[in-house]
Amino acid sequence: MSAGTPQAGDAGAIRPLVRVRGLKKSFGSHRVLDGVDLDVAEGSVTVLLGPSGSGKSTLLRCVNHLERPDAGFVEVAGEIVGYRYRDGRLHELPGREITRQRTQVGMVFQQFNLFPHLTVLENLIEAPVAVRGVPKPDAVAKAGELLARVGLDGRQSAYPRELSGGQQQRVAIARALAMEPRLLLFDEPTSALDPELVGEVLGVIRDLAVGGMSMIIVTHEIGFAREVADQAVFLDGGRIVESGAPADVLDRPGNERARAFLSAVL
Amino acid sequence: MTSDVSERTALPSAPADEHLLTARLVAPRRPGLWISAAILLVLAAMLIHTLVTNRRFQWPTVRGYFFERSILHGLELTIWLTAAVLVTGYVIGTAVAAARLSKNPVLKSLGFGFVWLIRSVPMLVQLLFWYELASLYPKLSLGIPFGPEFASFKTAHLFGGILAAYVALSLDVAAFSAEIVRGGILSVPAGQVEAAQALGLGRGRIFRRIVLPQAMPAIVPASGNLLIGMLKATSIVSVIAVQDLLYSAQLIYNENFQIIPLLLVATLWYVVLTTVLSIGQYFVERHYARGTNRRGDGFARLFRRNLPLFNRAGLAAGGRS
Repeated sequence: MSAGTPQAGDAGAIRPLVRVRGLKKSFGSHRVLDGVDLDVAEGSVTVLLGPSGSGKSTLLRCVNHLERPDAGFVEVAGEIVGYRYRDGRLHELPGREITRQRTQVGMVFQQFNLFPHLTVLENLIEAPVAVRGVPKPDAVAKAGELLARVGLDGRQSAYPRELSGGQQQRVAIARALAMEPRLLLFDEPTSALDPELVGEVLGVIRDLAVGGMSMIIVTHEIGFAREVADQAVFLDGGRIVESGAPADVLDRPGNERARAFLSAVL
Repeated sequence: MTSDVSERTALPSAPADEHLLTARLVAPRRPGLWISAAILLVLAAMLIHTLVTNRRFQWPTVRGYFFERSILHGLELTIWLTAAVLVTGYVIGTAVAAARLSKNPVLKSLGFGFVWLIRSVPMLVQLLFWYELASLYPKLSLGIPFGPEFASFKTAHLFGGILAAYVALSLDVAAFSAEIVRGGILSVPAGQVEAAQALGLGRGRIFRRIVLPQAMPAIVPASGNLLIGMLKATSIVSVIAVQDLLYSAQLIYNENFQIIPLLLVATLWYVVLTTVLSIGQYFVERHYARGTNRRGDGFARLFRRNLPLFNRAGLAAGGRS
């Protein structure tokens, strides 16, 4: 893919899909993000690593404006997320505009967050039909394709509680894909799963990486990170303390905190 | 040595394994269960016996007045007053719940204050306040606050018994339903809203399609309580001479002194209405149990679980499957 490909002649490389600059966020007196800069190239996979409380999830949630940053900005596909710049000020966008921006960014949660009162099929077609105005038969056909892709075709009429955790998470991935997002965010997608179910979910994410989907993944699965990531980022105390190729960050970390953490989880 | 050990540890009449394997299982005796059931059955029989044999209940008179025209008029008023009060109360109550859940501190405090005030004042007192509104405000007018008036009314003409009852009871339902709705909404995990937001669903859609259906299982049983309570609480309007079901019965017995039979007429009608509402509540609850494992609790299964008579059939069915 285009990730890392140097552009000949032209002054700059291709504008990254995601640009994070000077991002700061506090909850009360606790500073969770303390000036984060990050680029994610289109079609590339970035993994966010770090101890709990280091700000990984908050950074991820700022990318689709589930959290409002205190300072700095996130840009996705050339648009500032959640704000419009005018006369030296960033004005927060009205709800409708934020909603529109979010349709470009899919998100998969640690606790799956499938809608328990809707069937698998209804979970998948709700947003495409309601938000993008896809005709229902088309949405249903698309849902079938996506379920086949995550290995769950035929489970359309099941309710989420009838599925295992791994199956629920695969449905959640299919649900995010149904909106045809340009970017997928994963917030510890396998942390709530029994060990024997982790593999099936990682397999689906691996297939997406091979297919060229742009993704930012918060995970503690170091082996998986090394395998799929184009870029690994290590956060500690709300700052990026280490970033680069997975082999460098994971195997030869310069930062002492990163070295201690990685040797503990490996 | 080994034989010594086995002789010492085994009981003198230890049964052989094959006997244990073929033995029938016997449930423990529960004499308390049988005794308490017998006592309750005797009490129930006494109740039915006295209802049937005590002449002073005057069942023929009850039958004679059951479909009396004025009673049916009172019944009609009770039904529509309850319906109107419930609808108005829930519309206001949902708005108050939204206010209490909003981030706006003014709305939040106003919502809290409303619930606090209405819940603090006894319903009868509220009813009398609205009925006597004319002595507080002899004239009501429409207009710009602190500015000119467009129209004005004599309060005493406007606030008759029925309007006073409607306003007082609606506000009461609003305060209580606000808390029920708020509790239901709070019972939906925050992750559900986040997932819906991440999919790009709008606020209204998230509330209608994601939050409300999941809040309903918490809202419906409490609302059924409130609804049935309000149906009977409307009888309070008899104190301000609104001709509801109870007051219609009272008007009749004030003339003919058949107090007990006419109270029974009113009572039986309240029982009929409550029964209809309870059945309705059952079906509404079942509808909102989608995606949970509570759905299978049908009437038949509830009976089988609770009545030993049906238990046998349940066991037999279980054995076959």
